[in-house]
Amino acid sequence: MNKILLMILQRFGLGLLTLFVVSVIIFIGVEFLPGDIAEALLGQGASPENVAALRKKLGLDVPAHTRYVNWWLNVIQGDFGTSLANGRDIAELIRVRLANTLFLAVVAASVSVPLAILFGILAALYRNSLYDRSVNIITLGAVSAPEFLVAYVLILYFSVTLGWFPSLSNVDADTSFFERLHRVTLPAVTLTGVILAYMMRMVRASIINLLASAYIEMAHLKGMPKLRVIIRHALPNAWAPIANIIAISLAYLVVGVVVVEVVFIYPGLGQLMVDSVSTRDIPVVQACSMIFAGTYILLNLTADIVSICTNPRLLHPK
Amino acid sequence: MNNRLLEIRNLEIDGESDEVWHEIIKDLDLDLDRGEVLGLIGESGAGKSTLGLAAMNFVRPGCRIRGGTIRFDGQELTAQSETTLRKLRGVRIAYVAQSAAASFNPAHQLIDQFSEIPVVHNVKNRQDAEADAKGLYRRVLLPDPDAIGYRYPHQVSGGQLQRAMTAMALSCRPDLIIFDEPTTALDVTTQIEVLTTIRDIVREFNTAAIYISHDLAVVAQMADRIMVLRYGELVEEATTREMMSDPKMDYTKSLWAVRSFKKETETAATEINPVVKVDNVTAGYAQEDILKNVTFEIHRGQTVAIVGESGSGKSTAARVITGLLPPRLGNIQFNGQVLPKSFKARNKDQLRHVQMIYQMADTALNPRQRIRNIIGRPLSFYLNLTGQKREERIRELLSLIELEPDLYIDRFPDELSGGQKQRVSIARALAAEPEFIICDEVTSALDQLVAEGILRLLDRLQREFNLAYMFITHDLATVRAIADNVVVMLQGEIVEQGPKTDVFSPPHHEYTELLLSSVPEMDPDWLNELITHREKHGVMASTSTS
Amino acid sequence: MTSEQATGFDPQVGRPRRSRLQSALREILKAPIAAKFGILVILVYGFVAIFAPVITPYGETEIVGPEFDVWGEQFILGTDGLGRDMLTRLLFGARNTVGIAFITTCLAFVIGGLTGLLAAIYGGWLDQVSSRIVDVLMAIPQLIFALMLLTIFGTSIPTLIIVIATLDATRIFRVTRAVSLNVVVLDYFEAARLRGERIFWLCIREILPNITAPLLAEFGLRFCFVFLMIAALSFLGLGIQPPTADWGSMVRENAVLITYGDITPILPAIAIAILTLGVNFLVDWFLHKSSGLKDGH
Repeated sequence: MNKILLMILQRFGLGLLTLFVVSVIIFIGVEFLPGDIAEALLGQGASPENVAALRKKLGLDVPAHTRYVNWWLNVIQGDFGTSLANGRDIAELIRVRLANTLFLAVVAASVSVPLAILFGILAALYRNSLYDRSVNIITLGAVSAPEFLVAYVLILYFSVTLGWFPSLSNVDADTSFFERLHRVTLPAVTLTGVILAYMMRMVRASIINLLASAYIEMAHLKGMPKLRVIIRHALPNAWAPIANIIAISLAYLVVGVVVVEVVFIYPGLGQLMVDSVSTRDIPVVQACSMIFAGTYILLNLTADIVSICTNPRLLHPK
Repeated sequence: MNNRLLEIRNLEIDGESDEVWHEIIKDLDLDLDRGEVLGLIGESGAGKSTLGLAAMNFVRPGCRIRGGTIRFDGQELTAQSETTLRKLRGVRIAYVAQSAAASFNPAHQLIDQFSEIPVVHNVKNRQDAEADAKGLYRRVLLPDPDAIGYRYPHQVSGGQLQRAMTAMALSCRPDLIIFDEPTTALDVTTQIEVLTTIRDIVREFNTAAIYISHDLAVVAQMADRIMVLRYGELVEEATTREMMSDPKMDYTKSLWAVRSFKKETETAATEINPVVKVDNVTAGYAQEDILKNVTFEIHRGQTVAIVGESGSGKSTAARVITGLLPPRLGNIQFNGQVLPKSFKARNKDQLRHVQMIYQMADTALNPRQRIRNIIGRPLSFYLNLTGQKREERIRELLSLIELEPDLYIDRFPDELSGGQKQRVSIARALAAEPEFIICDEVTSALDQLVAEGILRLLDRLQREFNLAYMFITHDLATVRAIADNVVVMLQGEIVEQGPKTDVFSPPHHEYTELLLSSVPEMDPDWLNELITHREKHGVMASTSTS
Repeated sequence: MTSEQATGFDPQVGRPRRSRLQSALREILKAPIAAKFGILVILVYGFVAIFAPVITPYGETEIVGPEFDVWGEQFILGTDGLGRDMLTRLLFGARNTVGIAFITTCLAFVIGGLTGLLAAIYGGWLDQVSSRIVDVLMAIPQLIFALMLLTIFGTSIPTLIIVIATLDATRIFRVTRAVSLNVVVLDYFEAARLRGERIFWLCIREILPNITAPLLAEFGLRFCFVFLMIAALSFLGLGIQPPTADWGSMVRENAVLITYGDITPILPAIAIAILTLGVNFLVDWFLHKSSGLKDGH
């Protein structure tokens, strides 16, 4: 058991290290800006005095490493600084939007993950059947379409033609839960469609791989019923690959959210980030990147830990 | 009472590859009585495993039974539903697979995988099943039989897993067990013990068995009757003794005869100075020493065989000599000169004189190069041969290895058979005009007839060019055939070395004795005699069951 | 005559040698409908991309009519918000969007493929260092990383190509390293190393010819990925910038029409989907084919 704990701690440390490196990259990247933020903000015609004043105001007059340490100290306290575009507190700005994004992601994930696992396993079990072949074509199609195509087709049909759902998913603090659910339906369906296809393909491939093992053939030769072979012999060995697939897909979902939020003008983190990139509001972009990267790292870490915890070789050491 | 247990008639099985169906089993009949052991023998691709599985009316994915009947205990299996067949499998017909390590589910304890058969089939309840498992574990001589079942497959050695699988096959006391090469993956000394266990248990429970193997000597110990298969067809069928003493068909005779090759004369060292000297070498990976203080010499025109089981360090010795693994201590001398430890530091001439031939001819030749370039590269690289001269030399080398130049020079390796590929490997080594060649298990991946051809070729070339060979092998029959000197290795150390006649005749070193006596011989009584002998002298407990 | 031949051991002797091109053509003729569709799509897109200036009725950025004109004889697919011909811009999009994605993928392959090969051959610290760098880079979601870098370096086409190629090179590094490692452990590679061959020979003659199939498949997949990524960035207004005709930004520029039930804005998106689908079909068949051949051995 100690070995497992050690491995988990090791992965955890590795995750933290990655996060640290990511933060350095995010931070250093800004240092490469031609000129600096102050010049960028004020434009080329600004007087040197004005630039110097703004530098001081933004804290750019202290050395980079000090700024980096200060930035981290602030981030740990939940302070991401203020937006360059409108001077608002970034933490405040992000909190609401993060909640919105998570809401959308959770709705999409809770539909797509179970469906993907179920359909993926079915496709693997009935390999090369008509069902499997059509699933292959359909999922390939879904994987090939850009998210915004799926989104606009849904809008065209369910919003413009049928009028069932709004084409704009604007929500605010006063929107009730069910109203929220109604408004995020189309973005959630868009995300689900894309993720589902990805996940199903991966689940199918890994289950097929698993079913080709010698011990599965042995189970059949022992006369075990089909269902028992799957539940008792295949499933305990499938957790690691499936956890991995879920982590990868959720990570993909976190990113896919960006485009979908823009299409539906949904007030989430992705929308905020895209706006900030256009206005080159660097502190906001930094904050958003950190949050996205952090989530991504956390998801991969979880998958690693699941596969460690379900590996019989590690659970029952020699 | 009808004594017939299994009756297969006109069986035809097809296999699919690349969307084309081709025949694996062609119009085959098979009969098996209760309590009888039938040996199925044949080379790779003969259809042995497919036929064995067909006895339970089971085909692997990508195969199909096209015709014929399979009658088991009066019941026609091909007409049965999947449910009926399922109730038969594990209960009345059981299967023991080649690789026990892969065939046990890594996620469950051994005893769980044992008990589920009687429990799921409603033969016994869980408690009785576990008690029975422990009894059988004891019976198959597993250490600590009451506790070992609660271990997971990866916690148990290969030989033990194979015993546990035999025990598992017996869980419902089946009428028939199919053994599919159960000892092929094991070392010779372990193989003996598993063979003995299997044979005793089959006799004790009076179970009928189909014993599949490519190793004739092994089958001779196990079977009452033998069927020889080739290309999915029956070549010959007879009782074991009859088959051993009086084979009828040419193909069977050739199988019997392959071990007859023997080097004409043994070469004693003619010169005082060796071509290669491995001088007190210690080498290994990370912290572990795989080779410990190893010293031996190889003289011109001589073959030194390095013998040992897996993990003995014999392949590591080759890696040290070629410079792939620089030794920690000691050195390699070539014609009295110390070679740089790493091949990267050796010059072209030093590299040229040490050539290597590999076990797997499939992976030893670049599949994207034509034979012309494979053999031609050392010519241009070492000897600066170009154009017409190079072409002529390539043709000369092809003739030397008995391949018609016009036919083969433009081919890719996958357009050659296994034996032909191995010949091209030899030509590539010869092209460098070396003084010394390392042969790493060069015949063990080949069928017996082909292997013999390769040995003859190597022997002829040795005499023609006065080459020094180092033969790495676990197969003592090969050693008997070609070696002048023998080095016996165990766990990284040399146990015994000297001229073949000395090493192979008594008195032996204890381990050499164990190794030599464990190699199955073409004599149906060999195993019996060996067991009696060992029981008398108490050598049964071996090194490799740990 | 060898002993194998004498005893008829070699079922393959006398198998006719066929030229690569011939056998490739034969395979394509035998291919399933989906794969043929993929080939057709790629050929058509390639043709349009090369001959866009010749086959389009108007100039790429030429304002030729009223804003948002409907489909008609003069403007087959109508005009966009600035009065430029939709069909013309759609056809030019093949050149711009696909061309940029193609160049990016090629660059990514040069960077990732080369480093992956060297990491596999040399091993040791070079492999360790480059693998750890790639691990870290891959721990950041690509789109987010791209957005960040584009904020910093600005959104010009060269920046776009370099940023995305660098990010995508990480995946190619992993794949190339993995498939090369499979070759590096084989005996013929060891034989070549022991012969004393130089790194150039090892890469070009021993490894590359044996990993072309998986790399080719990977090229298709990476192209799809890069293509969709650039389209997404352009759609977000952060990729290919106006007035260059590009499918991603065309969707965004004309999105407002969708609320009126006009499907014109999604035509470029469909163009994207068809190409990715075509490439995916082709790769799918190719992978099936090359793994199927392995089973046959």
